[in-house]
Amino acid sequence: MPRETIELSHQIERLSILDEGGNLDKSLEPEMDDALLLRLHRTMLLGREFDERMLKLQRQGRLGTFAPIKGQEASQLGAVATLRASDWLVPAFRETAAQLWRGQSMESVLLAYGGFYQGNQVPEGVNALPVAIPVATQILHGAGIAYAIKLRGKDDVAMTFFGDGATSEGDFYEALNFAGVFQVPAVFVCQNNQWAISIPRAHQTAAKTLAQKALAAGIPGIQVDGNDVLAVYVAAREAVERARAGDGPTLIENVTYRLSVHTTADDPSVYRDEEEVAKWEKREPIPRFQKYLIDKGLLSEEDIASLEDEIKVEIREAVERAEKQMEELSSEALTMFDHIYAEMPPYLREQRDELARELEEKEAANG
Amino acid sequence: MAKLTMVKALNLALHQEMERDDDVLVLGEDVGVDGGVFRVTEGLRDKYGAERVMDTPLAESSIIGTAVGMAVYGLKPVCEIQFSGFSYLAFQQLESHAARMRWRSRGAYHVPLVLRTPYGAGVRALEHHSESREAYYAHTPGLKMVIPSGPRSARALLLSAIRDPDPVVFYEPKAIYRAFREEVPEEEETLPLGKAEVVREGSDLTLISYGAMLRPTLEAADVLQQEDGVQSEVIDLRTIAPLDYETFAASARKTGRVVIVNEAPRSFGPAAEITARLVEKAFWHLEAPVRRVTGYDVIVPFFAYEKTYLPDTGRIVHAARETLSVKS
Repeated sequence: MPRETIELSHQIERLSILDEGGNLDKSLEPEMDDALLLRLHRTMLLGREFDERMLKLQRQGRLGTFAPIKGQEASQLGAVATLRASDWLVPAFRETAAQLWRGQSMESVLLAYGGFYQGNQVPEGVNALPVAIPVATQILHGAGIAYAIKLRGKDDVAMTFFGDGATSEGDFYEALNFAGVFQVPAVFVCQNNQWAISIPRAHQTAAKTLAQKALAAGIPGIQVDGNDVLAVYVAAREAVERARAGDGPTLIENVTYRLSVHTTADDPSVYRDEEEVAKWEKREPIPRFQKYLIDKGLLSEEDIASLEDEIKVEIREAVERAEKQMEELSSEALTMFDHIYAEMPPYLREQRDELARELEEKEAANG
Repeated sequence: MAKLTMVKALNLALHQEMERDDDVLVLGEDVGVDGGVFRVTEGLRDKYGAERVMDTPLAESSIIGTAVGMAVYGLKPVCEIQFSGFSYLAFQQLESHAARMRWRSRGAYHVPLVLRTPYGAGVRALEHHSESREAYYAHTPGLKMVIPSGPRSARALLLSAIRDPDPVVFYEPKAIYRAFREEVPEEEETLPLGKAEVVREGSDLTLISYGAMLRPTLEAADVLQQEDGVQSEVIDLRTIAPLDYETFAASARKTGRVVIVNEAPRSFGPAAEITARLVEKAFWHLEAPVRRVTGYDVIVPFFAYEKTYLPDTGRIVHAARETLSVKS
């Protein structure tokens, strides 16, 4: 037999609707309610402002380590804005704005990064998993939830987030592969922010795009300007509609940029140039979207200013509430024995009693 | 009552539980059309369909990771990892997620999954097919670790494992998959997890064992009775984690002499934890040092030497006699 060429029908599209200056490609403009557009804008501002406030709190020693989202507001919010309440969000650890969008409170986020696992409790009725730290592992949970949705005959969708570094992990490929084989209603959103701590995107893979990794799993993939909230929304909506219709999973690569540190324990000056950051600051998502909304007559400079003031107050109040809760919870260390199993085994009861005695003795000694 | 091998007993448990509960599904490599390489899942796909008896891609992390998602959603996935030696790719999913989701979400979600996998030496297999690594799982808070010792307990414990609201690693002693049959009632029978069983009563010596090692341990008890007139109390642990130390500590307080038998390597293995518990709970009743008869701290050899590696009746009897010879 001769050598033959196997034709692969797939191609990778790249989608961009608002250019760097916020100018609209009218032919691609999605139909979206004004209310949705304004809610998106508000949550982008909230995400940014909350991020900056948390960074200050961390620097003051009032919060522990966390992963800022600065610059990635469009990339996550444009995607989750396509979900309905019965859909599922499976985050990694840089999706704070998406979590807020889905109904998690700022207090709970502050509690979690303030060292209190109580902040991880997803509110009743919110279909979202808590933050997942080990890179890429949560992508399989998204695929599994999507399988369960399909088995139960529902038309919901599971949307999973991860970064560019995650695409080098086996679990990423295993999840796409599983989702493809069983044609489950999953949407995989890669926030390609160009850096996995100090490793640039080019060192994760020799592939031209991350979106093309979908091809190996036999599922559609698309690359999107991740700093263009309209483009992210359109790509995610297509993927969600496809999933809902029973036509299987999609991989979306949002090309964005981590304008801040990997986590608060990281110093990017060791590995990347300020010039590169400055270049991406020009492409950042919020001013682009604001220009669009202003051009559309939905927003004015004054609106933005008063919105920012409003948000600052909201955040300040959330911080106050969270710090009060942290104070109240600081004496609740015995809760570490809760939720290990549905029922506490005898040896855990013994260990809890052991700690309870120790704490009582300490308190007696101090009191 | 039918006399069944362990394979048939496990198969019966899966059939009955899938029939009883729509939330139960089976997933793994070759579990569907093929019925599992050991035939434990035989006939399930024909009866319950490919959606509930999933032949998955060959990817262990994917089997457990997707099962975590399914379990969070409300299903009860029963995963098969073909051999325990291949389960380590899924370890991250077990340790980082299955074991923690209840804790991490403060009870909002839980993960009622079962990981079934054949373990242990004695079947002349290739490398990676003979290990006994229950300590890895028993060491992880949030996981349960169950090992049956015969067809009847295998069926009853598997039912309990599937119904348990927490993740259970269910180690199946493949050396006795078909080695003997037991009466297994057709009607449903469960056994509590976290509860050891005194399978033979005695007053002179306590022998603690589980899984494939229970049979040589019982044989050793016979030999000791016949040749030495020694009455051994034999305990089948059944659950490695959460460990039921009350049962064996009570026995040790009665007999004062203990030999622990496990197939796993000695260091940091279940016998080490049992010994520590005996020191805490029965020290003043002990009349001789606790003895451990275990696998050695080596890689399980290729099958030419595996019988020499494995604890057997002779080794248990020898250790017991040494223990009994210590003057109190």
